Amino acid sequence: MMSGLRKLYLASPLRMLTHLLLLFLVVAWSVPTLGLFISSFRTADSIDSTGWWTSLAESSQNKRIRLAEANEQQNIGGQFLIEGVLFEDEKIKIVSFGESFKTFTDTSAGDSLTLKNGTELIISEDGHYQWTSDEVFMHKRGKRIFVNVLIPPTFSLDNYHYVLFSEGLGKAFLNTLTVTIPATIIPILFAAFASYAFSWMQFPGRKILFVIVVALFVVPLQLSLIPLLSLYSSIGAYLDFSAKSYPGVWLAHTGFGLPLAIYILRNYMIGIPREIIQSARVEGASHFQIFVKLILPLSLPALAAFAIFQFLWVWNDLLVAMVFLGTSSDQIVMTTKLRDLMGTYGGDYEILTASAFVSIVVPLSVFLGLQKYFVKGLVSGSIKE
Amino acid sequence: MLVQLVHSILVVVLAVTVSVVYFITGNWILDRWSAKSNTPKAEKIRPWIFLFPALFLISLYLLYPAFETLRLSFFNNSGREFVGMQNYLWLFQDEQMRTTLRNNFLWLIIVPLLSTFFGLIIATLSDRVWWGAFAKTLVFMPMAISFVGASVIWKFIYDLRSTDADQIGLLNAIVVALGGEPMAWITIPFWNNFFLMVVLIWIQTGFAMVILSAALRGLSNEVIEASRMDGANEFQIFYKIMVPQILPTIIVVWTTITVIVLKVFDIVVAMTNGQWDTGVLANLMFDWMFRAADFGRGSTIALMILLGVIPIMYLNIKRLKQEDEI
Repeated sequence: MMSGLRKLYLASPLRMLTHLLLLFLVVAWSVPTLGLFISSFRTADSIDSTGWWTSLAESSQNKRIRLAEANEQQNIGGQFLIEGVLFEDEKIKIVSFGESFKTFTDTSAGDSLTLKNGTELIISEDGHYQWTSDEVFMHKRGKRIFVNVLIPPTFSLDNYHYVLFSEGLGKAFLNTLTVTIPATIIPILFAAFASYAFSWMQFPGRKILFVIVVALFVVPLQLSLIPLLSLYSSIGAYLDFSAKSYPGVWLAHTGFGLPLAIYILRNYMIGIPREIIQSARVEGASHFQIFVKLILPLSLPALAAFAIFQFLWVWNDLLVAMVFLGTSSDQIVMTTKLRDLMGTYGGDYEILTASAFVSIVVPLSVFLGLQKYFVKGLVSGSIKE
Repeated sequence: MLVQLVHSILVVVLAVTVSVVYFITGNWILDRWSAKSNTPKAEKIRPWIFLFPALFLISLYLLYPAFETLRLSFFNNSGREFVGMQNYLWLFQDEQMRTTLRNNFLWLIIVPLLSTFFGLIIATLSDRVWWGAFAKTLVFMPMAISFVGASVIWKFIYDLRSTDADQIGLLNAIVVALGGEPMAWITIPFWNNFFLMVVLIWIQTGFAMVILSAALRGLSNEVIEASRMDGANEFQIFYKIMVPQILPTIIVVWTTITVIVLKVFDIVVAMTNGQWDTGVLANLMFDWMFRAADFGRGSTIALMILLGVIPIMYLNIKRLKQEDEI
């Protein structure tokens, strides 16, 4: 009976609908990123003139182009001939051509066309043309003609080369790494010790302190900015040190990341069987030894989960970087750089798309590579099992 | 260039060494002391050695600034002259502020609602098809993308070209293909707010989906199969059995996204910089703080954001206490 109902469900149109609806949602969710990815390999011209979704097929474009000047003519048995090729790029195929915008679809490639002044023009599919006349060519500027061409999809790494080496994005990439590595490791270290104390040591005010720490997790960052910036400038002025520095950002990210780190790690550590720790205590191990030799190795999954969180958060952060770091080339991070590019090059999508993808690629690989830990961390932080 | 990277790795090594030395010597001194005086006092101090670095940084970076911001909100732009409630009065009379509060309110309602809704739908659907894991990865992927990167992606979708040229923005291309007029989506006051929200919904749906999917998997199959036998259809099972059972998780997802929405800053700054009536509290705060250098008003706006998270903070603490009692 049950399997009968189940089969009914499996065979029903509802199942088709499930597939279709999910497919639609998944496509809607991935198309935006796909658009950015494909565009980042296209030339500035093609990004600007056609949608990225057309770039995989040959694109049909109308172009105006000038034929060669009169001084290139040859005299062959009383006939005057100008030869040449319309496009440097051999992949461009000519479909049709004509003298004006209205007639350029009338003559197909390979056919000959008699122009208004009586001369004959043949353009072959590969762009080679022969222009013949019974009289001497006298024109100075080459004659303008209209062609309809098929351009095959072309992709290149030029945009990436440009943004990395000429736009200073390569340097911003390194700056981001410089911010991210210490700002990920330092909070883990401090949080691990604190979480151990919260899970396995006895001291007055343990519960209330832990509640305060976790409550601070939702406190908006914005609340801290003004006082911290004032503090940084006075310390900076006192020590004759710039208020905007890497150590300042590292510590800020550490401070902001600690509540979540302690929450995740403590939730995990408290789940480690009490017997393990007690038997170690009985054998005379100190808290420090237990922490280093037992708890840390056992907590590796939770440590990894938080590390991924913090890494993604710091790498993708804009606000803290804008407040606590300068915008000179040796301090600007990728998010700030990207935001600047959006302002200055509002429409230069070849720069924007490639830059955006460079900034995305590291967190995306971390995410795809370590997705399991990340999901585990997220779930353990939200659902009490 | 590489010098800088080596430098930062050295810093990590240094930080790790300093902390390890701190913990080791702290413990060592305590051990010596307790061996000599033979009192349990040392064991009372030990936890604080473990806690000190974390608690110190949390106090310095979160606790102290919160009180300082509260104090500054009663002072003038330079933070030196006491002005009483003036900043708060200004807050409720300012025209721009009203637009900002309206926008923030819209963000707070719509983004958590739609992210959770889509997350729940996708989690439910993907548990029923063989390519569910793949579908989930694709929907989850935007979580790894920075808000600024996402803004570039979506700016490209909303792009507008003149009517006689090909539209390169996907949205306008679709509109034109359907016979409509292309529009400058992010500059149409009021409606542009929704186009910015789409970006955050796009990012947060993955989060909602992962959490809800885990909760759905935890449901007992017996109840679902039993109701199926009783003739309940798939929609009834979803509404009447699955959703009520994972309601606590839905609330957690909802509140977490609400907190993120309250702090939303990057998307607005990158896409419109608050122009065309798209400002939200976090951006207005940033503007008053850095462009106007008015610490009093900046602090007051920051407190408004805090006001928004206090109910959530209360809920979290309540949940934490319940968990501890079990």
